[in-house]
Amino acid sequence: MIVSLGWHAYMSNTNIIEVENIVVSFGDVNVLDGVSLNVAEGEVRGLLGPNGAGKTTLVNVIATLLKADSGVAKVAGFDVVSHGKQVRSSIGLAGQYAAVDELLTGRENLEIVGSLYQLSRSEAKIRANETLERLSLTEAADRLVRTYSGGMRRRLDLGACLVGQPKVLILDEPTTGLDPRTRIELWGFLQDLVDGGTTVLLTTQYLEEADLLADQITVIDKGKVIAEGTADDLKDLIGGANLVIAPTDPTELNNLAEAVSTLNQNDPRIDEQKGCIYLSVDGGAASVVKASNLIEAKGVALSSISLERPTLDEVFLKLTEEVTQ
Amino acid sequence: MNSLLSFFGDSLVMTRRNLLRLFRTPQVLVFSTIQPILFVILFDSVFGGSITPPGFENYIDFLVPGIMVQTAMFASINTGVGVAEDLEKGAIDRFRSLPMARTAVLFGRTNADGFRTLFVMTIVICIGFLVGFRPTTGILNLLTGLALAVLFANAIQWAFVFLALMLRSLEAVQAASFAPTFPLVFAASTFAPVQNMPSWLKGFAEHQPVTVTVDSVRGLFFGSEVLEASGGSLSSSILMSLAWIALIFAVFVSLSSWRFRRN
Repeated sequence: MIVSLGWHAYMSNTNIIEVENIVVSFGDVNVLDGVSLNVAEGEVRGLLGPNGAGKTTLVNVIATLLKADSGVAKVAGFDVVSHGKQVRSSIGLAGQYAAVDELLTGRENLEIVGSLYQLSRSEAKIRANETLERLSLTEAADRLVRTYSGGMRRRLDLGACLVGQPKVLILDEPTTGLDPRTRIELWGFLQDLVDGGTTVLLTTQYLEEADLLADQITVIDKGKVIAEGTADDLKDLIGGANLVIAPTDPTELNNLAEAVSTLNQNDPRIDEQKGCIYLSVDGGAASVVKASNLIEAKGVALSSISLERPTLDEVFLKLTEEVTQ
Repeated sequence: MNSLLSFFGDSLVMTRRNLLRLFRTPQVLVFSTIQPILFVILFDSVFGGSITPPGFENYIDFLVPGIMVQTAMFASINTGVGVAEDLEKGAIDRFRSLPMARTAVLFGRTNADGFRTLFVMTIVICIGFLVGFRPTTGILNLLTGLALAVLFANAIQWAFVFLALMLRSLEAVQAASFAPTFPLVFAASTFAPVQNMPSWLKGFAEHQPVTVTVDSVRGLFFGSEVLEASGGSLSSSILMSLAWIALIFAVFVSLSSWRFRRN
């Protein structure tokens, strides 16, 4: 099932990443099975998928590290195969593991990467300084990276893709393997970055991360795009929301369920322990009003009524489940 | 023109990066120096009494050029290990995603390792001096011999770069390195003259790159006479050695560049 919400159609003129029908196979396995993806300039796109979905393979194709078997990928208008060097000038890649040099200082790491972006030595020095400042690494700048914590290494790795001031940042699972506190800290830096208007392609296994940072989310699984849209679009995909209604008197649960049963074809689910009923609805806030009216007509007193949106986790599980079936 | 400039610039940056790394791990430098020093002293003491190579009065004079070239072979394994380590740690992926001349990553590695080899060989010569090594043809020939040995080492390093690019794992590179290295080092004129080897081995030993390079260095250090004593000559050894070096460079620089660009 491919769910396209038609959003990128309007933006096609300013797409900075264009991926069309990319196929990559290792042996008999199609790691990418016809993936298409368009990212507009200035957009933060989350590429969400479980382990082995093909996220890193797609990133490697876009970053010119891996040649696809078929399909076309362009960055800033340049084809990744025929104009690799121009593509590499336009991107900054932070791979899955922090590829920083442990035997060099933070500053040396950034200066070397700057020089390889073809900056002059003095420019590379200035940019390295600015980047260290921006990522709060100025104090540790002249220490060997060997002495850095995991979070600092990730920040430096992020810095390495910023020194060249590329048009597109590609971050492959930037917070994988970090403890929760360090992850939240890194999110702060990423948030500043994406607020600055840089185009970012971010792969992640964490829905929370995609929800927090990305404007648009592409869900991929088993080498295929299975859904695309904003976090809200995706949540709408699995049937709107749940209405949670609790009567004042728990013995009225069945009465209550009967009262609202006409709202939806599915019968409400009764949770006796929690003393409430659940009913999936499509209508958003309007369904709260409808339900209230029905319940009032039946004469049941309520202690609470609320609308719960599904979490992205539920969306994700639902979507990947459908692919499995 | 532009891309040539960027190639040289990027190679320089990568050489600097690898030299910095080398200075930050003095252990590597110390251990890659200890081993040839041990060899000079051990081999001189063990074989010096029983081997009298034609044309030489002291075994140590015969031995030092051998150890220099043996160092070229063994120390080059580290080049492959370094490339494999960069591959495993994702450093190479980072470099390959940058708008740089891609092969500069490899040239940076072999350039830095060329300096490392120069350093270790200089130490070998100094230790040799302490235990009686006395070249007879002057400083210029000494430096030429040293340069030839370093050039040979640099060529061999490219072979290990290619091996690492194919195997892509540190352990695999280490394990695979010994098979080609040992026969080349020992079935050669490195420690003993090839004349007394069994005939099936002699044909290989006489013409293989290690022997002709060791012989060239010996000829440069002590004059063509020491080679003529066993039927060779300095000019033919140097020609063969340079031909081997050119061939090894040509094959492995192109194979490595091809493999590196491809994936």
